[in-house]
Amino acid sequence: MYPADFAYYRASSVQDAGRLMNEHPGAKFLAGGHSLIPLLKLRLAVPPALIDIGRIVDLSGVTVANGRLRIGALTPHAEVAASSDVATHAAALADAAGQIGDPAVRNRGTVGGNIAHADPASDLPAVLCALDASIGIVGASGDRTVPASEFFLGMMTTALGEDEIVTHVEIAAGQQHGSAYAKFPHPASRYAVIGVAAVIAADGDACRSAAVAVGGLVPAPVRASNVEQAVSGEALTDASFAKAAQRVGEDLGDEILGDLFASVEYRRAMAPVYVARSLSAAAARARK
Amino acid sequence: MKVPVNITVNGRSYQRDVEPRQLLVHFIRDLGGLTGTKVGCDTSQCGSCTVLLDGVAVKSCSCLAVQADGAAVTTIEGLAEQGTLHPLQEAFWDKHGLQCGFCTPGMILASHELLRHNPDPSDADIRHGLEGNLCRCTGYQNIVRAVRHAADALAEK
Repeated sequence: MYPADFAYYRASSVQDAGRLMNEHPGAKFLAGGHSLIPLLKLRLAVPPALIDIGRIVDLSGVTVANGRLRIGALTPHAEVAASSDVATHAAALADAAGQIGDPAVRNRGTVGGNIAHADPASDLPAVLCALDASIGIVGASGDRTVPASEFFLGMMTTALGEDEIVTHVEIAAGQQHGSAYAKFPHPASRYAVIGVAAVIAADGDACRSAAVAVGGLVPAPVRASNVEQAVSGEALTDASFAKAAQRVGEDLGDEILGDLFASVEYRRAMAPVYVARSLSAAAARARK
Repeated sequence: MKVPVNITVNGRSYQRDVEPRQLLVHFIRDLGGLTGTKVGCDTSQCGSCTVLLDGVAVKSCSCLAVQADGAAVTTIEGLAEQGTLHPLQEAFWDKHGLQCGFCTPGMILASHELLRHNPDPSDADIRHGLEGNLCRCTGYQNIVRAVRHAADALAEK
């Protein structure tokens, strides 16, 4: 399958990328290409030009400074999954990055490309919502930062403007919590049929607070506030997680995605299972 | 509008003017003689197009040739050194890690990636590491044996 013809421009910096986008309306930014190239091949996207931002080196890498874990937009999933800083400060993100696609896909796919694409079956959006990450963006009108909960607006729809580029994601470092991601992968594509990220702060053997976000079966990730409230103050046991997880149905809303592989009813029934698993895994880390 | 690229494949540099939409797998296969890299599913799921890009396994059906400009690609044809098969190739032969052979180049390069990170993998590690490569002859048992055999051979070297 060949994409339709397009012009190709290579950006040397974020500013250069902005300038090129201004000159070529309707163009798309190309990073690793693992979301965009499949769309081009299926001709679901037919942009007149691609602006390759994949060689802007200062957009890549994981750092910890001033109490923030910062992951550059061009950091490949494999590097996120292998990063000890990510494992220490945002374990759920390391879990999720390590389960995207397969090893070759993780070598090419990037964090920024993944979230800018915002596939509902993607893993990172739910994780970033549960971890209260912020998304760094640059565009013609300047820099801005958007909370993950306000970034993902719907199916393949984000707060990103036409001329804007995701530069990085940031997560508070050094938090006293445990986090984990539990996923039901589609057997062929490895996309999330259901993916749940949980963050638990422990107070001895009890849950002081929890953050839970669900993706895969909804158009954009949903914070499971009913589950969060139900588990807060309860004992860190699988029995209390299973009970709290039953509340997720109230959080999911009316628009549940279904397909030939997994129906709406099946996904709705499986959601509490993965909520409970993510809570249990996060609690095990929170106790350490 | 064609774009000039310089891509090294198996140690030899190729300067070509390519259409930006040309996929890396087609660039490689159209060079002449290098048809070991297969187009299978063409949707980055089956792994038969796996090559090493600057030493890292990628699916060349989901990478544009222009993205590989300046990089060094290793295909299945580039693994043997001076006529001696790579231990992975030897192991796939010895353990009969193939039937029709279509998935084999990708399997071997994906196994190369696996052993680069984990030189002493368990059977479960091998299965997990090769989850992006499909064999429709269901030859997985022997593929796992072959990778395990190659790991032993490489450890002895």
